[in-house]
Amino acid sequence: MSNITDLSLNELVNNVKSKKISSKEITKAYVERSKKSNKLNTYIERTFDNALKNSEKFDNSPNLEKKLPGIPFAVKDLFCTKGVKTTASSKILENFIPTYESTITQNLWDAGAILLGKLNCDEFAMGSSNETSYFGNVISPISDNLVPGGSSGGSASALAAKLTPATIGTDTGGSIRQPASFTGTVGLKPTYGSCSRYGIVAFASSLDQAGPMTRNVKDCSLLLEVMSSFDPKDSTSVDFKRPNYYTGLNKNIKGKKIGIPKEYRVDGMPKEIDKLWEKGKEYLKDCGAEIVDISLPHTNYALPTYYIVAPAEASSNLARYDGVKYGLRADGENLIDMYEKTRSQGFGEEVKRRIMIGTYVLSSGYYDAYYLKAQKVRKLIKNDFDDVFKKVDAILTPSTPSSAFKVGEKSNDPVSMYLNDIFTVPVNLAGLPGISIPAGLDKNNYPLGLQIIGKPFDEQNILNIAYSMEEKINFKFNIKDWWIK
Amino acid sequence: MAIDLKTVKHISKLARISVNDEKAKKLEKDLNSIFKWIEQLNELNTDKVEPLTSIAETKLRLRKDKILSENIRDEILKNSPKDNKDYFVVPKVVE
Repeated sequence: MSNITDLSLNELVNNVKSKKISSKEITKAYVERSKKSNKLNTYIERTFDNALKNSEKFDNSPNLEKKLPGIPFAVKDLFCTKGVKTTASSKILENFIPTYESTITQNLWDAGAILLGKLNCDEFAMGSSNETSYFGNVISPISDNLVPGGSSGGSASALAAKLTPATIGTDTGGSIRQPASFTGTVGLKPTYGSCSRYGIVAFASSLDQAGPMTRNVKDCSLLLEVMSSFDPKDSTSVDFKRPNYYTGLNKNIKGKKIGIPKEYRVDGMPKEIDKLWEKGKEYLKDCGAEIVDISLPHTNYALPTYYIVAPAEASSNLARYDGVKYGLRADGENLIDMYEKTRSQGFGEEVKRRIMIGTYVLSSGYYDAYYLKAQKVRKLIKNDFDDVFKKVDAILTPSTPSSAFKVGEKSNDPVSMYLNDIFTVPVNLAGLPGISIPAGLDKNNYPLGLQIIGKPFDEQNILNIAYSMEEKINFKFNIKDWWIK
Repeated sequence: MAIDLKTVKHISKLARISVNDEKAKKLEKDLNSIFKWIEQLNELNTDKVEPLTSIAETKLRLRKDKILSENIRDEILKNSPKDNKDYFVVPKVVE
């Protein structure tokens, strides 16, 4: 048999179910590989010993009916895990141990999965390169000076480096799809309301969604099936009949109408991305789909809208970190002084910047000019999508306007960093599902992704389109183990 | 509209984040470049547009007023930044 860590999630599941490999063997393989991979800085908290114990426990009385039977998982450190440190990559939560479990991780454990550890990310998921983490930036397994993208950068890096068979991330403006695109992996942001937000450290509540990050589309459908559930603990969780995404996966996309939005051809976009996009259209036609030119006229306004809405919600959500009941506390002369010093010392620069933006746009005299204005433009952006979805079944775009960039390349210019999410942010603003799949390489041999955007709750459709394209693209990308020690 | 140093200090007060003069100057520069970029939204006429406040169109659900987690006081207090057994400790608030 080939190396265990080379097997994809669904292959591992099948091997456990047919009793060819034990949970212990799989867990051991991932623990050993993870232990040799400190250079990538993907892990914040390691629970390897517990994982091995739990895998033995599973093997002693295996329930092979489970969807993720005894499969080890490292997860983004934004998901609260009961009794296991959860930091959101922030100094302010450096020693925080949740007393409860997030619904998404609970769904994973209920399906038989085992926790390997918690993965690095941008601080409070604010960033596109994993450089804002208090625990240092994550390195892409593709090259030692390359960012893995963000904010789910530790997740993407660990997945691409085969330190976990699959993983979960969160996506507020592209935090699953952009790092997936940068690392040659698959990442899906579900429709707002599909996956519970309960127990996820909140960033921007009207935009945040958890989603699967996997090595291929089949794994993605399996993991989404486990993650998505109606949850009374999340007031925006939507109660709908969830299909079996995994068993429902098929390559029949004949007659599907796929829209190509002209506004996504932006200035300065590398030619390779344009070429890949063209190729993607050809592949879809080969599969029997029909290509339709469409327009999403307010696309250019999505990012500035996002940079009002998201910081506004963040400034409100992060008001809870005051040093009183949990988290870091800095001593002060009085209560206000304690608050100010705690937050000044506990938050990193990007988080402070966003809290400041949010506080400003919500402050007296500016609310209408900024926040209300942004909510109105958000409506126009959603209307754009509502209109085109009367004519098409899905939309094909590039995932990002460039491939992965170098560590430090954009960290001094916030706006140029923000522009990275130009193709992913509109999807969050409109609450739609979007999936990024690897589509090719650029001139430096760095991966590039294509994004498929679907109608609300039409995840099965975009998975099927992605599954069909994946076969045609036949993306082969071998990462050398240069970091292993 | 430009954001001056005085405004930066005012926002930091509202946000309960202390900033020194050096940091305030850096923030002044960053915020101005970000807001200059954000200003492009003013190209759009939105007089007749309803603001979108939430993507979820469902009405908020009511739930039973029932305690779901009991006897977790000790666990909760373990995360308290100041050691104590029975309550959270804060600096003196009332003279």
